[in-house]
Amino acid sequence: MIDFSYTALILLIPLVIFVLSGLFGNRFKPLVSGIIGTAGLFVIWVLSLVTAYQYFFLTEKAADGTFQELLAVNIRWLTFSDKLHIDMGVLLDPISIMMLLVVTTVSFMVHIYSIGYMHGEKGFMRFFSFLSLFSFSMLGLVVATNIFQMYIFWELVGVSSYLLIGFYYTRDSAVAASKKAFIVTRFADLGFLVGILILSYTTGTFDFITLTGDESPAFTSGQGIWFMGLSTMTWSMIFVFIGGAGKSAMFPLHIWLPDAMEGPTPVSALIHAATMVVAGVYLVARLFPIYTTTAPVALDVVMYVGAFSSVFAAIIACTQYDIKRVLAYSTMSQIGMMMFALGVSGDGGHEGLGFMASMFHLFTHAFFKSLLFLAAGAIIHAVHTNVMNEMGGLRKYLPITHATFLIACLSISGIPPLSGFFSKDEILAAGYEKSLLLYWVEMIVSGLTAFYMFRLYYSIFWGKATQYHHTPHEAPKTMTVTLIILAVITLLAGFIPFSHFVSSDRIPFAAHLDLSIALPAVLVGLTGFFVATLFYRKETTIPGQIFNFLGGFSRAAYHKFYIDEFYLFVTKKIIFNYISRPIAWFDRHIVDGAMNGLSYVTNEASFRIRRFQSGQLQQYALVFVSGAIFLTLFFLYLWTH
Amino acid sequence: MFEGVPLTWFLITGTIMFFIGIYGFLVRKNLITILMSTELILNSVNINFVAFNKILYPDHLEGMFFTIFIIAVAAAEASVAIAIIINIYRRLVNIDVEKMNEMKY
Repeated sequence: MIDFSYTALILLIPLVIFVLSGLFGNRFKPLVSGIIGTAGLFVIWVLSLVTAYQYFFLTEKAADGTFQELLAVNIRWLTFSDKLHIDMGVLLDPISIMMLLVVTTVSFMVHIYSIGYMHGEKGFMRFFSFLSLFSFSMLGLVVATNIFQMYIFWELVGVSSYLLIGFYYTRDSAVAASKKAFIVTRFADLGFLVGILILSYTTGTFDFITLTGDESPAFTSGQGIWFMGLSTMTWSMIFVFIGGAGKSAMFPLHIWLPDAMEGPTPVSALIHAATMVVAGVYLVARLFPIYTTTAPVALDVVMYVGAFSSVFAAIIACTQYDIKRVLAYSTMSQIGMMMFALGVSGDGGHEGLGFMASMFHLFTHAFFKSLLFLAAGAIIHAVHTNVMNEMGGLRKYLPITHATFLIACLSISGIPPLSGFFSKDEILAAGYEKSLLLYWVEMIVSGLTAFYMFRLYYSIFWGKATQYHHTPHEAPKTMTVTLIILAVITLLAGFIPFSHFVSSDRIPFAAHLDLSIALPAVLVGLTGFFVATLFYRKETTIPGQIFNFLGGFSRAAYHKFYIDEFYLFVTKKIIFNYISRPIAWFDRHIVDGAMNGLSYVTNEASFRIRRFQSGQLQQYALVFVSGAIFLTLFFLYLWTH
Repeated sequence: MFEGVPLTWFLITGTIMFFIGIYGFLVRKNLITILMSTELILNSVNINFVAFNKILYPDHLEGMFFTIFIIAVAAAEASVAIAIIINIYRRLVNIDVEKMNEMKY
């Protein structure tokens, strides 16, 4: 039996680096804190590779070939009573190790990249200490042994996301975006908390191993209690999913993600593409046995929300001009596909294909989407704008960025043999088995994906040759090297026999490439690609004509279907006016008024009676003597009667 | 020496002295006179103590002790009070109690 207790270091190293560079960062040269952060990430990256190797290849499996769930570290952190206690620890199972690999790899790449990208920025070491804080929180989230630990780290990633989006705190838009992200996800986390409370109240435990085991109390308790036609477990799972949907930017809680692009681009790559935003998918995957066994309705909710979000975001992505916003909507769309795949999945064996596909897509998406963001960062670094209309013809100036961006585009469009093809194919195959309608919806989404990605690609690298103020130049080595590494991973990741490592019941199975699914998927992807080529390779008027032809619909899509306006209307016009204002009035006039009135009365009364304090000694003595005489007579009277 | 004098006489004398003292304390304006009035009040109490002790408990001496104690304390108090009055006089060139109203509202 291998001792995995060293995995605690994976959590501790970034925490220590965060504290050190956060407290003493000013004493170092900026570059030193960057290097310390990167070195720490390198160490935990190696550690998680070792963990993965030891877990998948050296640890004995259970008798039926199941990968075991191992409690590598477990510390009782808060004890309220014997039954109610909150633990902190490291749980190792296939999905947590998969997430460990994703988080450490992407985070490591982003650290290297940021040394180049953030060079000379004010607050360089602040940036790196926040990155370490984020890495710590995200790793704590993925290895959580119980749902409460997950919730704590869940909030921590929310905080670090808030800090990093608002990194350029002198810019109003960044401040507004960070607040929006924090408030929207906080709002969703309320759902998560309610879900946790219901779940732990009915089952009496927080522990993941107990909750998702074969004899889970979640399968038996809470039976027979129904509310609005749904059982307790279904409700709790729906509430937990609301938390996940908030973090993963699912409709209708997605509004924060596009604005979150105000943060520095490496942050978008790390947090808002690869790691934090998939936390919701991970959460559903973590509680998956409960979803399939006792809460199939909640799983259907996951499926529909995921499918709708993927279409919704893909349509908006086709109309946006800010390259980071296109990528943000693309992320939302891809995460929608992952949610969809979880939603269509059953439990165990080939039934659990969707689960595997979802995790696989999470894995590959993390790499190619962070690659896309980092490449976008290199482009922005070169031309100092986010808007694709002001770009064009960049392939001559940025050869490495161009090549890696193209690889990522091909991958996300599902062109074989890149990694995105394999994972997307599994998702479609899983969808095909569950619902033909949603299968075609997802098919359209992958077509749209290819279209908007190549729209982006051609607008940046081809199209009209724009005149730049100064000639764009390729990014520094620290940036290009990470692009190349991620491109290599993107090229190769698809060949990992993923189903041998990750499956819904942790028993390896063989997933086959189904040509009847793969062929149409590739054809749809290629169609999107060709249409984009036709429209955008040379500057044409076709897109404008189509935009005008679709009229109101395309305008609505350009304005993101007015969801932001709707929320603003609801909050500013309805909630502020009819709820907040009366409450504020009540607070100011009734609550404060009572207190102010009390002090006013006291003040007035003492003002009136202060004349008694005359300073005349004999007057006081007279009062005293009269009082004494009066009391004497009074008691005499009482005594004699 | 006082054999045959009833207790009531002592008490009446004490009470008269006490109220003379109170009256003086309340109406006189001169601080020295007020101090003298307090001495009268204290001495009326002393008379009561001694008389009660002599008539009710002839074998005990607590009343006497109390009286001596009060005389000692009154002497100390008088010296402190006169010191204060002298200080006031130096500051205000006046010892009228009605002028001493610095501490009012």
